[in-house]
Amino acid sequence: MPSNTDSPNGGNVPAIRFDDVEKRFGDTVVLDGLNFTVNKGDRVTLIGPSGSGKTTILRLVMTLEELSGGYIYIDGEPLSHDNVDGKRVELNEKHKNEIRKRIGMVFQQFNLFPNMTVMENIIEAPVHVLGMSKDDAKERARGLLQQVGLADKEDAHPLELSGGQQQRVAIARALAMDPEILLLDEVTSALDPEIVGEVLGILKHVADTTDITMLIVTHEMQFARDVSNRILMFDGGRIVEEGTPEEFFTHPKEQRTRDFLQAVVADPITGALPWQPGPATPTRDGDTL
Amino acid sequence: MDSNIEALVAALPRVLDGVWITIQLTLGGAALAMVIAVIFGILARSSRTLVRGFARTVIEFFRGTSLVVQIFWFFFVLPQLGVELHPMAAGILALGLNYGAYAAEVVRGSINSVPTGQWEATTALSMTRAQRMRRVIFPQAWALMIPSLTNLLIHLLKGTAVVGTITITDLTFRLDSLQRDTNTFFAYGLGLVIYFVLAYILTLIMNALEVQAKHRLGRGESLKEALSLRSPDTGVEAGEAAKS
Repeated sequence: MPSNTDSPNGGNVPAIRFDDVEKRFGDTVVLDGLNFTVNKGDRVTLIGPSGSGKTTILRLVMTLEELSGGYIYIDGEPLSHDNVDGKRVELNEKHKNEIRKRIGMVFQQFNLFPNMTVMENIIEAPVHVLGMSKDDAKERARGLLQQVGLADKEDAHPLELSGGQQQRVAIARALAMDPEILLLDEVTSALDPEIVGEVLGILKHVADTTDITMLIVTHEMQFARDVSNRILMFDGGRIVEEGTPEEFFTHPKEQRTRDFLQAVVADPITGALPWQPGPATPTRDGDTL
Repeated sequence: MDSNIEALVAALPRVLDGVWITIQLTLGGAALAMVIAVIFGILARSSRTLVRGFARTVIEFFRGTSLVVQIFWFFFVLPQLGVELHPMAAGILALGLNYGAYAAEVVRGSINSVPTGQWEATTALSMTRAQRMRRVIFPQAWALMIPSLTNLLIHLLKGTAVVGTITITDLTFRLDSLQRDTNTFFAYGLGLVIYFVLAYILTLIMNALEVQAKHRLGRGESLKEALSLRSPDTGVEAGEAAKS
């Protein structure tokens, strides 16, 4: 049985390690002995049909769901449960909170605090959780608001903002905690199609300019392809296939993956995947591309 | 009629004394009720069975027993056990516990109505339990609980009338004596008007608190805008519309 013998300071300790993770909701088994690791600086996208357990994985890492069995290690340290002499023990709230500080999350529904302004939302945790001075936190927040293109909205209330703007504030709020790991849970699913691009553009920029480890659940395959260095295909709580975006999208090995990609991203008329040149595609004018 | 007015003028200082006592009982009772409501409303949500069971027992007991009997108990029975309470203290204690038990349910329900996503965001930001409640959840629940608390506050005001039975000379007690110098129609008619005016003032204050609480959540007009003599409902509707 592997345990937490990894040195927390070792160079090759994975950022996230799932060790035989089980998750059940009542009688429904969502994850049944899941093992996988995410290395530091990795950008891993989880894809798969709904109900395949992708979102549950993010929620387990954020401790929003209780583990039913197994262990999750963050930087080699146990997150919520530890293996002590072969016995599985739950760790206390204080320990969980210490580990949580390294992890940030952006939600599908933004979840900004409506009782605070944009600025207050962003500095709340840096000031009250990390103990940063208010002035430092504000300065940092202004830089982040600049980065997400909302420098003029610091005094606005969340409900005065559009969905896309709220999500950009939520990204700034997560980044203000300077997380080592960022969890992105279908962050564009609640947005109007024309807004999706601006939010993904900001995340792409974050991915390009930082070394934050990212674990992403998304239906935006182009974004997954642009940002990730690894794709994991889930079905029924198991990893069906994994690979680099190139391998994965251009030469999927498993039939299950091919079916899924065909269903979500293929051109409904020609059946071609958007990034596959494939056979010459006729255009509306009758010419070929 | 003239003799009624004369009797009222003569009795006025005592009637006003009674009004003042009623106000003190209402505010004292409400303050105690609010403290009890917040403490037991939060404890009743505890994941620990023992804590939750304790809170539920207290809530159910004080909600399920008569206010009059509780007042008698604090005033007549406690002295036999060696605890002598000033009548006002006994009155405020009984009112606070009785209405606090009701209000605890309001607090608990409002906290439960705050969307799960708000709790999840506080977890994702590593806030402690106390920080979550104080800085994120309670301020949002507060806006939800005000309408029900207004109801209870008005009940509490009217509930103060029973403390006359433990030698407190509140408004109702004074009306009883006024009635002997005038007539029942005049004295109790005056009583209806005074209780109504007091209740209406409380309602206006609570409405102002509600407008302010909603405005803090980015919904509806500010208190200043609301006071520009328009129906308070328009602000709420505008806020709801902006939300959708």
